[in-house]
Amino acid sequence: MGTPRTLYDKIWDSHVVDQLEDEAYILYIDRHLVHEVTSPQAFEGLRVAGRKVRRPDATFAVADHNVPTKDIEKGITDPESKLQVDTLEANTAEFGIPYFSMTDDRRGIVHIIGPEQGLTLPGMTIVCGDSHTSTHGAFGSLAHGIGTSEVEHVLATQTLVQEKAKNMRVTVSGDLPPGVTAKDIALAIIGKIGTAGGTGHVIEYAGDAIRALSMEGRMTLCNMTIEAGARAGLIAPDETTFEYIKGRPYAPKAGTYEQAVAYWKTLNSDEGAYFDTEVELDASELIPYVTWGTSPEDALPITGSVPAPSDFADEGKRGAAERALKYMGLTAGMKLSDIEVDHVFIGSCTNGRIEDLRAVAKIVEGKKVKDTVNAIIVPGSGLVKIQAEDEGLDKIFEAAGFEWRQPGCSMCLAMNPDKLAPGDRCASTSNRNFEGRQGQGGRTHLVSPAMAAAAAVTGHLTDVRDLG
Amino acid sequence: MEKFNKLTAVAAPMPLVNIDTDMIIPKQYLKTIQRKGLGKNLFAEMRYNDDGTEVEDFVLNQPAYRNAEILVAGDNFGCGSSREHAPWALLDFGVRCVISTSFADIFHNNCFRNGILPIEVSPEDLSKLMEDAERGANATISIDLEAQEIRGPDGGVIHFEIDHFNKHCLLTGLDEIGLTMKKEDKVAEYEETRKMQQPWL
Ligand code: SF4
Repeated sequence: MGTPRTLYDKIWDSHVVDQLEDEAYILYIDRHLVHEVTSPQAFEGLRVAGRKVRRPDATFAVADHNVPTKDIEKGITDPESKLQVDTLEANTAEFGIPYFSMTDDRRGIVHIIGPEQGLTLPGMTIVCGDSHTSTHGAFGSLAHGIGTSEVEHVLATQTLVQEKAKNMRVTVSGDLPPGVTAKDIALAIIGKIGTAGGTGHVIEYAGDAIRALSMEGRMTLCNMTIEAGARAGLIAPDETTFEYIKGRPYAPKAGTYEQAVAYWKTLNSDEGAYFDTEVELDASELIPYVTWGTSPEDALPITGSVPAPSDFADEGKRGAAERALKYMGLTAGMKLSDIEVDHVFIGSCTNGRIEDLRAVAKIVEGKKVKDTVNAIIVPGSGLVKIQAEDEGLDKIFEAAGFEWRQPGCSMCLAMNPDKLAPGDRCASTSNRNFEGRQGQGGRTHLVSPAMAAAAAVTGHLTDVRDLG
Repeated sequence: MEKFNKLTAVAAPMPLVNIDTDMIIPKQYLKTIQRKGLGKNLFAEMRYNDDGTEVEDFVLNQPAYRNAEILVAGDNFGCGSSREHAPWALLDFGVRCVISTSFADIFHNNCFRNGILPIEVSPEDLSKLMEDAERGANATISIDLEAQEIRGPDGGVIHFEIDHFNKHCLLTGLDEIGLTMKKEDKVAEYEETRKMQQPWL
């Protein structure tokens, strides 16, 4: 036996093609997901240099950011958005890359459809020109976002020049109390280590609370890893993972499936493997979280109050808190549960999966959305939409007063018609509360789907555990 | 990609921490299918009022900093979205170097692919440089990548670390794709072995 290795070490080692220089390695990429916003300049680069896509079969494309979530049959009206989506369609045709069109039932947010189609498998390296590629780490694959120059590099060579990151392990022990979800674990971790806490690291999540999570919950957690500054999050695959993958369109077929599972079972950190940083968290002590400011690290339990700039020791943080309070229109000391919202957004690659929608339905069934609140639910993919409708969830949502939309990134980043107006305040299941993220001047409070549902019903941030 | 070796320029102070890529280039400008032309939208929501006029006290609108080629910024610069539009916008505005106590990983990588030098310094050195930058147009800062040195307006020298590969890429303006393509044999060999070991891929 050699030196004990972490899961990250193992995936890294099995993908090194060559060492370029000291710290720089050529790493093989198994799966490349492509969307319309970060790829046009990369395809253009290929054309200018007369280069081809090395492995169109390992590449997969879909449009999600610009896609409207209403009346998609009528197409896109915004000319710039349309050009970007048309450009993707033309590029995928020219370079022979598989593509789900805007009217295909299987379309959706790139990080939702990868796992849904079985394109995401344990032990793979997966990249996409999108920071939330970290989502796919839930399967024990090394998955991270890349820039457009790197997209071009992967298209041309199926490899990436990389330096190895450090290992961090976040161990979450204990049982999650009712009403507390994977999203709350994510916000609690970011609140604890900060948005730069994971910089330079790959985070592996371990512990009973993680093992107990469904694949959906694991994806939510890995998705938010980038908000902690780490490019990638990892969870060792187990029976939950194998069960989820089995039978999906692009998953290994009977015969090779067993062979694949045998290999996947070796994908875990060896006993005694070295982690540069260890973080521990007790799930049983967690309370539902909300964010009050304009950085995901501005996260607090719903039972708390808005902090004052003077609560921060660091000068830079004090300045940021002052700016955040002003932008968010909040006063220090007010109870978080007194913050009134006029919008609720449920969806995104963080919380747009079937389990998230079921959690919302459970809260809102038989209740009404407060009349001062504009609430929309956007399924993460066409298949999630169909599944939800098969289960009758859409009826529950519509009866409660939610708008039930077509799939897309929607109000997660306002590149499409769904956006907040200046001053609007939104309880959102997405991942970023940055200034202007959901629309210029819009104010975002990040929460779990259950907490968003509770806020929709009461009209203010609400502890879902108090809702009978 | 343009090479980077030496630079002497005005540095703009941006002490705010966690300046994210949504701030650097807001999402409404991501709909372009080109790399060029984003400089006018750099920091758009902080830089312009709703009617398109300039926000007077925003640092890059002040006469002293309009030609800044260096940013001295608070911790965790470039966090958030992977959009390479952020370094494209900086470059198009004329910024060739950003100095901070830390950078988000993806942004850091994206800088090197675009001829921008991100320099990490200690909190003490950052406050010194922030003070220098606040002195405006008369206080230029010099960067020497080969020597890995920052020279302040008063002659004080700060040494910085950078890994060899990225340094080499910037100094030579290297075409990284071309470099990797020279390793085609190795990639093909890797693919062959993998096909045997993991036929499901
Ligand atoms: S849902 Fe939001 S975070 Fe996810 S890919 Fe779309 S825009 Fe990005």
